[in-house]
Amino acid sequence: MEMKREYYEDIQYFKKKWVMVVAAVFILLLFTIPIYFTGYSLFILNLIMVYVIVAVGLNILVGYTGQISIGHAGFFAVGAYAMILLMTLLHMPFILALVLSGFISAFFGFLLGLPSLRVKGPYLAIVTLGFGMTIMHIIGQANLFGGRLGLQAPPLDVGVTQLGLSWVLTTDVQKFYLILIITIIMVVAARNIMKTRIGRAFVAIRDDDIAAEVNGVDLLIYKTLSFAISAFYAGVGGGLFSFVLSFVEPFQFNVLLSIIFLVMIIVGGLGSIVGSIVGAVLITFLQYSLLKNVRELPVLGDWLVAISQKWFTVIGLENFNSMILGIIIALIIIFEPKGINGIWLRFKKYCLTWPFK
Amino acid sequence: MIIAQLILEGLATGACYGLLGIAVVIIYKTSEVVNFGQGEMGMFSSFIIYHLLVNYNVPFFQALLITLALSFFMGILIEFLFLKPVKNAHLLDTIVLTLGADMLILGLASWKWSYEQKQLNIPWSYEKIHDFQGIVISDWAIAIITTSIVSMVFLYLFFKYTKFGIAMRATQQNKFATKLMGANVERVFSAAWAFSSVIGALAAMFFITRSTLDPACMMEPFLKTFAAAVLGGLMSIPGVFIGGLMLGVIENLFGFVWPAWKPIVAFVVIVIVLCLRPSGLFAKHYIRKV
Repeated sequence: MEMKREYYEDIQYFKKKWVMVVAAVFILLLFTIPIYFTGYSLFILNLIMVYVIVAVGLNILVGYTGQISIGHAGFFAVGAYAMILLMTLLHMPFILALVLSGFISAFFGFLLGLPSLRVKGPYLAIVTLGFGMTIMHIIGQANLFGGRLGLQAPPLDVGVTQLGLSWVLTTDVQKFYLILIITIIMVVAARNIMKTRIGRAFVAIRDDDIAAEVNGVDLLIYKTLSFAISAFYAGVGGGLFSFVLSFVEPFQFNVLLSIIFLVMIIVGGLGSIVGSIVGAVLITFLQYSLLKNVRELPVLGDWLVAISQKWFTVIGLENFNSMILGIIIALIIIFEPKGINGIWLRFKKYCLTWPFK
Repeated sequence: MIIAQLILEGLATGACYGLLGIAVVIIYKTSEVVNFGQGEMGMFSSFIIYHLLVNYNVPFFQALLITLALSFFMGILIEFLFLKPVKNAHLLDTIVLTLGADMLILGLASWKWSYEQKQLNIPWSYEKIHDFQGIVISDWAIAIITTSIVSMVFLYLFFKYTKFGIAMRATQQNKFATKLMGANVERVFSAAWAFSSVIGALAAMFFITRSTLDPACMMEPFLKTFAAAVLGGLMSIPGVFIGGLMLGVIENLFGFVWPAWKPIVAFVVIVIVLCLRPSGLFAKHYIRKV
């Protein structure tokens, strides 16, 4: 199904005209979202888009390059804190601060990429895990980062104050449009990167790093580059995250967040940009919206409360989402290792070859 | 004197890391699965013993036996539900799968016992101390060191002399050849999970006696244990135990000099060690052939 026969097919954006039309309509529809959703749902949507950026970045590292990272919350934290500090201490304009916080994060990614040249498998997992924990603790200790109390985000000023242009975004709707535009740029950029020489080098490293090296892919450059690009995405995501929450504290960036990032791309499908988007949307929605208030669900909610009163504790019901996520992960890996993207591919194949098998 | 005291306390904590590390290694050795749910499995077992002690007033040793038996079956059950159905799993798949088991257990425990912090009391208290010419050692430290040495000796004898232990070692070396020799490889995997669940339950019980019992309490000890296991090389049981002891001592000494950074010393040490020796201190580094 994913067979490509010539170079042109590999680099083209859309296989068919109508796909392009559908994509354009979909993006237009995205811009009308604030009409249907308000208040808390819009906040959730902003959060979802931030996580989409991070998930796409993580998928470049895990899905396309085949490395493991259980420390992405660390890059996320670096981005968020760098963003706030650049804007409050150095009074940088928003866009410059966002790009710069991405690059600071990418620099950390480059550093973390260096051990990946020697360390593999579970050992790499522990190195990245250690990185995430270390970042969290450094942030929690140093006064510059506000310690355990965290930092307050400055007002979101999109203009350049030095030139006298100031445009402060205050409502969720304005933030939504800003984040939506950035998300679309980042996702399209990711899709483009994967169609260039760099992207093909990543895939080659995933399939067999030694064979890739024999074929002229410089592992030093491309492995660290993959970490750096992935960290750049996480950094930009973190920068936006600090404005969505307008407040950051160290323990938001714990190991569990890194795990949830991994869950997003595994549920969505490794090595698929669209898959990581779907995964991020689904998991964030489940976590922050559907399962957060499991007690208010029709029928099921009452039933669960009754069970809780009889055998469990009602307070503990808030952790129901953790159970559901665990079960979802297990089901996805056992029955559909390619994630939701795998289901889509099979469906497409079925439709195209119908009525034959 | 104070250094000796610190080293002793470090050794006791290190024995905890070592014991839990052994649990991780038993699984990794037989099936190359890194069990990220080990800490939470131990936490669940500790909740069971707490429940038995507090709600049913079972005497401690009976409660311990019941808990260990239940942990044994919990290990088998998790292997059966999560790992057995997966075919041709990659490393990432198995890691995430055990994380899934971890989240399931975490959710279940916090649903059943909620997030309140509880105190688990065992007969070997942390407060009961003996004084040997200025060096203070607690009952707890004696108990954990004894337990870990006994389990090490037991495992050594088990792997060396029993038929099943030999089958387990054979599975580690070559799964298919072991199958051809007539050993039941499936049962070996179940047994590995069962053993590691029991040992993990013991280790977690000692960890939790020192801190408090709540669903998230084993998260950080487990990560450090995993770091210790990697330090020792993830492959040899004595290596991991020594790694655990080293980590405990290093951490305690650093914690004395520089208390604020105690939680991350472990990881900094690990990253440095892994950059120098990519397969840990005590494991043979295999060069992969293409």
